[in-house]
Amino acid sequence: MRLPDAVAALVHDGDSVAMEGFTHLIPFAAGQEVIRQRRRHLTLIRLTPDLIYDQLIGMGCADKMVFSWGGNPGVGSLHRFRDAVEHGWPQPLELEEHSHAGLTNRYVAGASGLPFAVLRGYEGTGLQSLLSTVAPITCPFTGERLAAVAALHPDVAIIHAQQADRRGNVLLWGIQGVQKEAVLASARSLVTVEEIVDDLVAHRAGAVVLPSWTVTAVALVPGGSHPSYAAGYSSRDNGFYQAWDEISRNRPHFLEWMEEHVLQPPAVPAGAGTGAG
Amino acid sequence: MTVLPRPAAERSASPERIADGQEPGYSAEEMMTVAAARALRDGSVCFVGIGVPSIAANLARRVGAPNLVLIYESGTIGAKPQTPPLSIGDGELAETADALVSVPEIFNYWLQGGRVDVGFLGAAQIDRFANLNTTVVGAYAAPKVRLPGAGGAPEIAACCKETIIVVRQSPRTFVEEVDFISSMGFGKGPGDRERLGLRGGGPSMVITDLGVLRPDPTSCELTLTELHPGVEVDEVVSATGWKLTIAATVLRSEPPTERELAALRAFRSPEPA
Repeated sequence: MRLPDAVAALVHDGDSVAMEGFTHLIPFAAGQEVIRQRRRHLTLIRLTPDLIYDQLIGMGCADKMVFSWGGNPGVGSLHRFRDAVEHGWPQPLELEEHSHAGLTNRYVAGASGLPFAVLRGYEGTGLQSLLSTVAPITCPFTGERLAAVAALHPDVAIIHAQQADRRGNVLLWGIQGVQKEAVLASARSLVTVEEIVDDLVAHRAGAVVLPSWTVTAVALVPGGSHPSYAAGYSSRDNGFYQAWDEISRNRPHFLEWMEEHVLQPPAVPAGAGTGAG
Repeated sequence: MTVLPRPAAERSASPERIADGQEPGYSAEEMMTVAAARALRDGSVCFVGIGVPSIAANLARRVGAPNLVLIYESGTIGAKPQTPPLSIGDGELAETADALVSVPEIFNYWLQGGRVDVGFLGAAQIDRFANLNTTVVGAYAAPKVRLPGAGGAPEIAACCKETIIVVRQSPRTFVEEVDFISSMGFGKGPGDRERLGLRGGGPSMVITDLGVLRPDPTSCELTLTELHPGVEVDEVVSATGWKLTIAATVLRSEPPTERELAALRAFRSPEPA
């Protein structure tokens, strides 16, 4: 499926969307297609919003964000996220804020078909009282007090992977994050891949296979995770992450950059140049 | 209060002394990083955040603790990077790891499972009970500064056998009361961790660019126990936003050795291949 067609078919205004990828394999090209198609009122879900959600927030696509760490890793702030929270620009952003362990377990519960998951978490933190999706629970066997987190069921999960075969089975490897759980917890899923191959070779470190019947659509998008990366195909563009600090710092400069690099067809990955190998 | 040099037995084998009045051949940040590296015992398992904690943990692997196991929250267990990673998920961490696991697994099986000895954390604000704020400056609903948030830290602070906090010391950071508790230290004082069922031991040291604070065994309040070379007690007191308690005996940190400095600088700025 072509990426624009897949996004048009799977992502609707008002949807809850989980674009996952923990530093590695972040689905930038798909996220930027969502921006080009001017989706509105999305609930964005992601452990680490990263630059892709900074772009979606700054372009006014999101009403709400469910997350656990919203920074530019190793660099500093996400300026568009901060501007939305601190000044309501371009619109206010409702937050549902977790710890990594808590939000991860919300996906696990969703993928497992359970109403909630249990963890040792949140105790003593200020997050507890803010969250309607976290509640104390008593262990029926030991009497210990634990945290229950509500299952998460996004309307659509979007991930990037290294390969799919011609039947639509998906293989990713390396740092695998929470993508498997995000896909299995969601009603629909879109996977962009570096390459379509005849045979998937799954004996690699961190290999995860998603059988074709767990995935709604696959789109071939080489370099589709840039400036994140796909192990075996590209390296993380740390220079772009550092440059984003300046690009995103003020509103006009950000909008100019988005206009030039994301909105204008033909679509090219953000800051293209070191994409697919 | 007396300031003592460390007992001879604790000193490094070849301490290079800096003569009085002479500019030290290292920065305050290098001293902080070296002090943090020294705090890690060989063979222990360390959950590492990005920035100074990551630099210090990698320095420890090079000097004194070659069997230290580094875990990054991206699921890289036993990572051995040759250069400082910018993010917790740089490719080199995965390529050099002993095991690569998913995010649910790293938090549920490894951290919550009680398999981590030391958690290494930073913070934007810290209070006298080592509660940490990485969420907001100001009110949550209308923050002056929106910070990144908690990330992996709440459960690192709850579950590791001990946590070591590395942070530059200033009254803006060391505050009477944190604006938000992202990660719990000792809460409001003795007994709070036990009451809430936190299984890890909590903060054991706060290492700064000026010295080292440790929780008082009775009150749990952070107390100045160690001064870095050239730093006086007054400087630490005025860089602290609460009335800082000074331990009866304050040790003087050994300055970085040539070996520590060389290893630190080589890791940060590797020679081009």
